[in-house]
Amino acid sequence: MTGKTLFDKVWQAHEICQNEEGQSLLWVDRHLAHEGSFHAFNKLDERAIPVRHPEYTIGIADHYVPTIDRSLIAVQPKVRNVIEQLINNTHRHGITLIGLDDPRQGIVHVVGPEQGITQPGLLMVCGDSHTSTHGALGALAFGIGASEVAHVLASQTLWQSKPKRMRITINGQLALGVTAKDIALAWISRLGADGARGYAIEYAGSVIRSLSVEARLTLCNLSIEGGGRCGMIAPDEKTIAYVKGCDQAPQGEAFEQAAAYWRTLYSDDDAEFDREITLNGGEVEPTVTWGVSPEEALSISATVPDPTQAGSEAKARQIQDSLDYMGLTPGQKLTEIGVDKVFIGSCTNARIEDLRAAAEVLRGKTCKVSGIVSPGSTVVKVQAEAEGLDRVFIDAGLEWRESGCSMCVGMNGDLIASGERCASTTNRNFKGRQGPGARTHLMSPAMAAAAALTGHLTDIRDILGNRP
Amino acid sequence: MKLFTQLSSLACPLPLENVDTDQLIPARFMKEPRADGYGGFLLHDLRFDVSGSSRDFILNNPGTRSSEILVARRNFGGGSSREAAVYALVDFGFRCVIAPSFGDIFSSNAVNNGLLPALVLEHDCEQLLEALAGKPGQVDIDLAAQTITCKGTTISFDINPTWKLKLLNGWDDIDLTLAQTPKIETFRERYLKHYPWLG
Ligand code: SF4
Repeated sequence: MTGKTLFDKVWQAHEICQNEEGQSLLWVDRHLAHEGSFHAFNKLDERAIPVRHPEYTIGIADHYVPTIDRSLIAVQPKVRNVIEQLINNTHRHGITLIGLDDPRQGIVHVVGPEQGITQPGLLMVCGDSHTSTHGALGALAFGIGASEVAHVLASQTLWQSKPKRMRITINGQLALGVTAKDIALAWISRLGADGARGYAIEYAGSVIRSLSVEARLTLCNLSIEGGGRCGMIAPDEKTIAYVKGCDQAPQGEAFEQAAAYWRTLYSDDDAEFDREITLNGGEVEPTVTWGVSPEEALSISATVPDPTQAGSEAKARQIQDSLDYMGLTPGQKLTEIGVDKVFIGSCTNARIEDLRAAAEVLRGKTCKVSGIVSPGSTVVKVQAEAEGLDRVFIDAGLEWRESGCSMCVGMNGDLIASGERCASTTNRNFKGRQGPGARTHLMSPAMAAAAALTGHLTDIRDILGNRP
Repeated sequence: MKLFTQLSSLACPLPLENVDTDQLIPARFMKEPRADGYGGFLLHDLRFDVSGSSRDFILNNPGTRSSEILVARRNFGGGSSREAAVYALVDFGFRCVIAPSFGDIFSSNAVNNGLLPALVLEHDCEQLLEALAGKPGQVDIDLAAQTITCKGTTISFDINPTWKLKLLNGWDDIDLTLAQTPKIETFRERYLKHYPWLG
């Protein structure tokens, strides 16, 4: 018998039964709900179905929350209504809410790991595609739609077809200035935005082992941008130390018992994957997106692609369409692209290590462009303030905001104006993502800070002084 | 849920790659109640400019309004899990999207709302787009046979077998699952004995 992958082990532990067509009914350990879950609650209400296990759902306000301050008074009535629906729905059903004024509030994918809600071996879902983030701790975590959220609320289970298994192995050593964000953009640009569609991804290799838990969260977060169903990393001692002591994690003897189980969660040596990808970590360069999909990414030292050099007519049209939207000229150096705004935030890159990296670049300097820094959670905000990072950002000319999804998706009104260009630490450079007509370039926090300083996309290695 | 067996309708070509769910419905519309219908938000920023005037875009043509089938290029519905993207398609009047690849979450959302995500080979998709030649054209879909016929040419499409049954029968997952409650409860007891710290 061949061995099992990490994914297989966690999947199997949650499989209740299979139907005749081979779909599995899976037990869901934890469900995270945000304001967008109102459609799902409405579906239950329409049919008067109760929430089966309210104790396994946690509500967190993030997508629509104001970031200037925590008052709802000045908030647009329709936005306020969506936030209030989360408050009412969780209250009515006896679900714990980490609301606007809670010191634990933040972006759901930052709060989960931070509070120990996320643990190795769990099956976690949320009505949000970046739920893949939680896989960094060895959980099987994926985003679902509103109908599926309603199903989870009603039954604490979910029907799923088993995805195939892909392993992305990254060995070698990352160069200075190269981060988990760059690794993600590198593999997505190589395989495509649907390159991992239908697969559960496991990240492995020496580079992954050496990444901090926070960097692993960034990497797994972006799994969905390559189309992956989820992204997982086998828990190791770093993971176990990270979870230990978190508020919602098991405590004392229960923790030791859990940790003993977590240590069994890895892919066996003889486990088979349906697809294997390897990357040389040493070859990954600081990477930015130039187009309107995360697959349209290149090393910062490259130039804007030329549609006439594309392999096919369809590809050429696609590139031209992206260039038109982004207002770029073929052959232009990426480092010559000027930016109007910077956004440091989101579930991808707004944890404390991200803020430290950005602040390091900005310390004692003044930005050429304005922008917003929104910490991934209120806990991160408090920590950053204790370290004086808020002062660094403010002194450099950026706004220091409260935590929320903010300019990653603009639902709360934090938007980039039409035609403006933003250096952003977020995860999606889709057309209109940061506002109608807004142009987004994705990059790591240090690269975004560097762009804010110089006013154009910038090779972080020039600032760190290690350009090859 | 509305069941889906066969469909004969105009198919609207949308020869674009990566039509992500942020384009299918921009985030700013997602706070609206569904009761008012999401059809007006579908591909809003491709259909209208910043001032709200209509752009020259196929979905704005009067002849397209009756299309129930959309034909697009790869990675349709990638990105955000927002089911509102499917609501916008369904409320506009679409019952089937044909493409060479779909976002995973989009596909399940589609099926949960009676919208058929018909997965075709890239080559077949290109031929279909060619046959439609930039205009809505008659297409016949047979879900049981998994075929798409346009101008005398028939191609086959792929669909997850459970989803096929669900669409053919109009089944609702919640009802099916709640009928299994005793089995789920037995599982849960055993599970929590095994992983007591999760109780
Ligand atoms: S920060 Fe952005 S990607 Fe992350 S959950 Fe919020 S809206 Fe989604």
